[in-house]
Amino acid sequence: MAEVDPKVVSRLMKRQAKLGLSVAAVFILLLIGLPLLNLYMPEQMALRIFGFTFTWFFLAVLFYPITWALSWHFVKKTEQIEHEQAEEMRAEGHTQ
Amino acid sequence: MIPLLFVIAVIIATIWLGIAATRKSKTAADFFVAGRSVSVFWNASAISGEYLSAASFMGVAGLIMKNGYDALWYPVGYATGYLFLLLFIAGPLRRFGAYTIPDFAQGRFDSPTFRKVAVIFVLCIGFFYTMPQMKGAGVTMMSILNWPYWVGILIVGSVITFNVAMGGMKGITIVQAFQYWVKVFAIAAPLFILLNVFGGYGSAVGANTKTKGAPRLGKTMDIKMKGASAYPNNAMSFSAAESTKVTFPEGATISKIGSVRKPELGEQPIAPADFVVTPEAISVYTPLPTDSKGNFQIPKGWAIEFKPVVVNVDGAPLIKDGKEVKTGAKIEFAEPVTVQVARVEKFGDLSEDKGAITPNAPANEKWVNPFGPLSSKHGYPLLYTYSLIIALVCGTAGLPHILVRFYTNPDGRAARRTTLWVMVMLGGFYVFTPIWGALGRALMPQLYASNATDTVVIKLPTMLQNELLGQILSGITSAGAFAAFMSTFSGLLVSMSGAFAHDIYGRILRPESTNEQRMKAFKVAAIGVGAVSMLLGLMVESFDIAMMVGWAFAIGAASYFPLLLLGSWWRGLTKYGAAYGMLLGGLLSLVAIVCSMLLDKSILKWEVSPLTRSLMEQPAIWGVPLSIGIMVAVSLATKNTIPADVDIKMLRLHAPEELGLSRNYVD
Repeated sequence: MAEVDPKVVSRLMKRQAKLGLSVAAVFILLLIGLPLLNLYMPEQMALRIFGFTFTWFFLAVLFYPITWALSWHFVKKTEQIEHEQAEEMRAEGHTQ
Repeated sequence: MIPLLFVIAVIIATIWLGIAATRKSKTAADFFVAGRSVSVFWNASAISGEYLSAASFMGVAGLIMKNGYDALWYPVGYATGYLFLLLFIAGPLRRFGAYTIPDFAQGRFDSPTFRKVAVIFVLCIGFFYTMPQMKGAGVTMMSILNWPYWVGILIVGSVITFNVAMGGMKGITIVQAFQYWVKVFAIAAPLFILLNVFGGYGSAVGANTKTKGAPRLGKTMDIKMKGASAYPNNAMSFSAAESTKVTFPEGATISKIGSVRKPELGEQPIAPADFVVTPEAISVYTPLPTDSKGNFQIPKGWAIEFKPVVVNVDGAPLIKDGKEVKTGAKIEFAEPVTVQVARVEKFGDLSEDKGAITPNAPANEKWVNPFGPLSSKHGYPLLYTYSLIIALVCGTAGLPHILVRFYTNPDGRAARRTTLWVMVMLGGFYVFTPIWGALGRALMPQLYASNATDTVVIKLPTMLQNELLGQILSGITSAGAFAAFMSTFSGLLVSMSGAFAHDIYGRILRPESTNEQRMKAFKVAAIGVGAVSMLLGLMVESFDIAMMVGWAFAIGAASYFPLLLLGSWWRGLTKYGAAYGMLLGGLLSLVAIVCSMLLDKSILKWEVSPLTRSLMEQPAIWGVPLSIGIMVAVSLATKNTIPADVDIKMLRLHAPEELGLSRNYVD
């Protein structure tokens, strides 16, 4: 296995990292953004929805399915990348 | 009686499942990583079962009841922290194929010394996390059955030690999975009945936006107060809006009468006597009797009114928004005692069925809106909120007893899918915790007065008119709580026993030992660590559950999270960089958080600015960047120690299994 070209591994890692970072960016944006909205737009965030304030509803209820969707997207994409990369490596004759 | 039956049922099921699984546990791989054959569904259930601890099951609902919106970040952080784990850590970690997290530390950097550093952190985080589980078990048994504190600890400790010593990781996997489903049922099912009887979740939250003020107690309410050993939970803070009448049928010893408001510069101090109206029969001017230690000794049967006092600055009342600023009294009890709290009746008052404004309860608008009492207590709410978020999100990805479960999956792909399902299962649990908090505030405000909001999950069902149903529901939540202590403790015990048997015995002390010897060492270690855990549990009765879990998260966030993140993705990380980053980041966070606790308990009496205080209590906002920064800086300075075969290590961490290039570090 020492014969594997380090560049191939690098390429795989780069694609994976790019995907991971882009999903993380959405998540981090939510985590940074919600407290800021609470601070600067308190009236809008306190609007009523199903009896709750909007910000309570968003954080205590909606936040979970949003992260599920992000995770699901990541798992599908990352498996696709791995499969493509594996095909490529096989074509270049890197496997045993 | 009924709650006891439920608790016994869940304990018997745990022992029985443990014995059944034990028969299949034969090899060292079975003991350390359950033979690497746990499917996605079972592992996700087991990880969720292990993760939902006493703090999650009882503490989170209590924190939300106590602090409102700010505390919603706890369940959200606990559940969604797994996203970082999924994106950057789960796949590579499993592909590395070790037995314990210290294996990763040694294997990634070819450094036996680094294994020792890593083992210390596993044990440190493990014991910090164990203590609150033990305390939870002791306290729950006390509150359900009035058994002494040590009984719950002894039961949970010995049952789980038996399970782990007999079956190791394989023995506990199915038990933890079973306990996840017990917990979800226990947190959700009673709520459907309670919501049906008492009205909806949204309206319980929204009610706080409609009126000012705070919830009121029932007309006359018996409140069981804790003594000085439970400090700061022995305090009662009264309303600044109206007087509150407290009756002392048994008398009381009060160590301090002060103001709720923290005096700002220039404000005149308020004497205890200013807050107090003594019984009319005696005389308004009679001072409260004191003893030789300066405690106020309240005679039996007295009723005292605690009235709000205007804050004075330079001899004139402090004015804010055109109104005089007032503060209520805050009293601290020296001994546990039961008192009665009632409203001071005024002539022509029509709301006679309602009692006093609940002592210790935050005002409605502070509870329902962001930046309330939790994040604002040191005056930097945004900073506090962000630091809390970082600690929870990064800490989740740095808990070794959780991480080690990812080695039980057959491959990296399964590890990622497991994480996805863990997020769904945890979200499905945590989404219910704020409902308990909101209903608790609406229905059982007396829990604020007695500083017992963290028992809301157990106590709330007893509010039902139908007593039998209330007892059954309370039994279900008690069983859920017990499942929580047991499943988390079993995971911790496996992780710590693994550290002793695999890392310390098998790799450091006796590298030539056989697999059979290591298995035996695992059993011995499990019994030893189990005994030590029970002893530690006995010593932490007065500690706060959520606080101790907070320590474990803060250390994990600043030590293992950066190690695994950079170790998996950055070739340039060296053993020196990783070790110094972990040690300094983790230890400084620990020191800060312990000092903060000592300041809370008034053991340390330093003068620190509110900003420093805030950063000490929630160190993640500097601890995580510090740890990462040190790792990067030291690694760049020690470039020559990058392992020569770093490309092969990266290949192992990242190559898809379908290429057939994967190797387990330990088979």
